[in-house]
Amino acid sequence: MDIDVKMTVNGKAVSGKVEARTLLVQFIREHLRLTGTHVGCDTTQCGCCVVHVDGVAMKSCTMLAVQAEGKAITTIEGLASADGTLHPMQQAFRDHHGLQCGFCTPGMVMMGVDIANRLPGADEKTVRHQLEGNICRCTGYQGIVEAIMDASAVMNAARS
Amino acid sequence: MHNFNYHRAADVADAAAKLAATDDPKLLAGGMTLLPTLKNRLAAPSDLIDLAAIAGLKGISVEGKEVVVRAMTPHAVVATSADVQKALPALAQLAGNIGDPAVRHRGTIGGSVANSDPAADYPAACVGLDATIVTNQRKIAADDFFQGLFETALGHGEIITEVRFQIPDRAQYMKFRHPASGYAVVGVMVAQYGSKARVAVTGAGPCVFRVAEMEAALEKSFTPASVANIKVSAEQLMGDIHCSAEYRAHLITVYARRAVEAMVG
Ligand SMILES: Cc1cc2nc3c(=O)[nH]c(=O)nc-3n(C[C@H](O)[C@H](O)[C@H](O)COP(=O)(O)OP(=O)(O)OC[C@H]3O[C@@H](n4cnc5c(N)ncnc54)[C@H](O)[C@@H]3O)c2cc1C
Ligand code: FES
Ligand code: FES
Repeated sequence: MDIDVKMTVNGKAVSGKVEARTLLVQFIREHLRLTGTHVGCDTTQCGCCVVHVDGVAMKSCTMLAVQAEGKAITTIEGLASADGTLHPMQQAFRDHHGLQCGFCTPGMVMMGVDIANRLPGADEKTVRHQLEGNICRCTGYQGIVEAIMDASAVMNAARS
Repeated sequence: MHNFNYHRAADVADAAAKLAATDDPKLLAGGMTLLPTLKNRLAAPSDLIDLAAIAGLKGISVEGKEVVVRAMTPHAVVATSADVQKALPALAQLAGNIGDPAVRHRGTIGGSVANSDPAADYPAACVGLDATIVTNQRKIAADDFFQGLFETALGHGEIITEVRFQIPDRAQYMKFRHPASGYAVVGVMVAQYGSKARVAVTGAGPCVFRVAEMEAALEKSFTPASVANIKVSAEQLMGDIHCSAEYRAHLITVYARRAVEAMVG
């Protein structure tokens, strides 16, 4: 039995027919063809799949597409401006060498924005704790943490 | 994941009716435990009944000497609630250390309590803070609610609607976090109510339990020294790849002492 779902993804209204068991990440990747959101585990631990649901970071691998009915989703594809200018978090990852292979990066960037939104001015220890649900096998986290702190300051300045 | 029928319950009565009308249903709360279980095909319910649209199951209130957390309230909301931080800071702190931020944005108190995972944090809060688990059918004392490994007093068709915590004079939760998941390798909630003390342990046994000997010692003298030498037998505790039952027994004493230290500090 297919179910109709409607939601907003990166500012655009989208709809589709899904099985009840279709995960939000499958809907995003396979139906909408937005393949920036990754899947790195089946235990909800790696964070490669993090997107924002109504502005809050969630793991799209552990949410059904039908649970996102009527919600506003932002994926990594929705962060940069239309003219290609990177979001401050993306720019900071670039500046601080916050990525190597890039597999964890979409989730890291989305979690980074969420941390900066929730905890403006968070110190290094807090940022490291907040990254508990995002795993990187390459960088050793140093550049990621620096990027999040730097972008957080830029986002703060833009807000005030 | 095997497929299932999906239902969005309008209210608690509707959820109960759907539970009764379907073959092998499961309630869906935050899905942080249930969906990974389904993905690994460890369960294959015929129907999922989603509680997320029920407005009355969300939110927190302080009512007299109780902090009331409704079943669908996510961990992150409990952790950041100004009311909880003021009335029962140990509960806010416990909720803020469950899993990771994305898990806390979706996982709910009702789902955690219903699941009775041996390493979950909320059961220690329920038993340590003398909570009452309220369902659509009755009120159950936390002491009677948790019955074993993933086993609770919940009957078929029973839905948790809220958890009512008794506000203590003071309380502290200390856990040895599993470094990968955040779950409690051992977690201890210590609370003081007038001349009474409660010590609840999670992570160590098949489900949460109280340590009567520590409670009695604290009721005589509420100091770290009172619990520092009380050993819990390893016989009923769990040993696994992470650590032995003996080590868990040792951690109970250490974490109970640290909790009391932080309280009298
Ligand atoms: C990576 C990761 C790390 C985690 N770390 C921790 C941790 O450190 N500490 C910890 O305690 N937990 C941890 N968890 C578990 C997390 O707290 C879950 O949110 C919680 O155990 C289940 O809540 P849920 O709302 O997601 O429930 P669901 O997964 O939706 O449901 C769980 C079970 O409860 C039943 N249920 C749900 N709501 C009700 C209700 N109102 N009435 C009756 N039955 C109901 C469901 O049918 C199901 O059987 C972790 C989970 C993940 C994925
Ligand atoms: S894919 Fe690993 S947490 Fe979602
Ligand atoms: S950059 Fe390779 S996993 Fe993080």
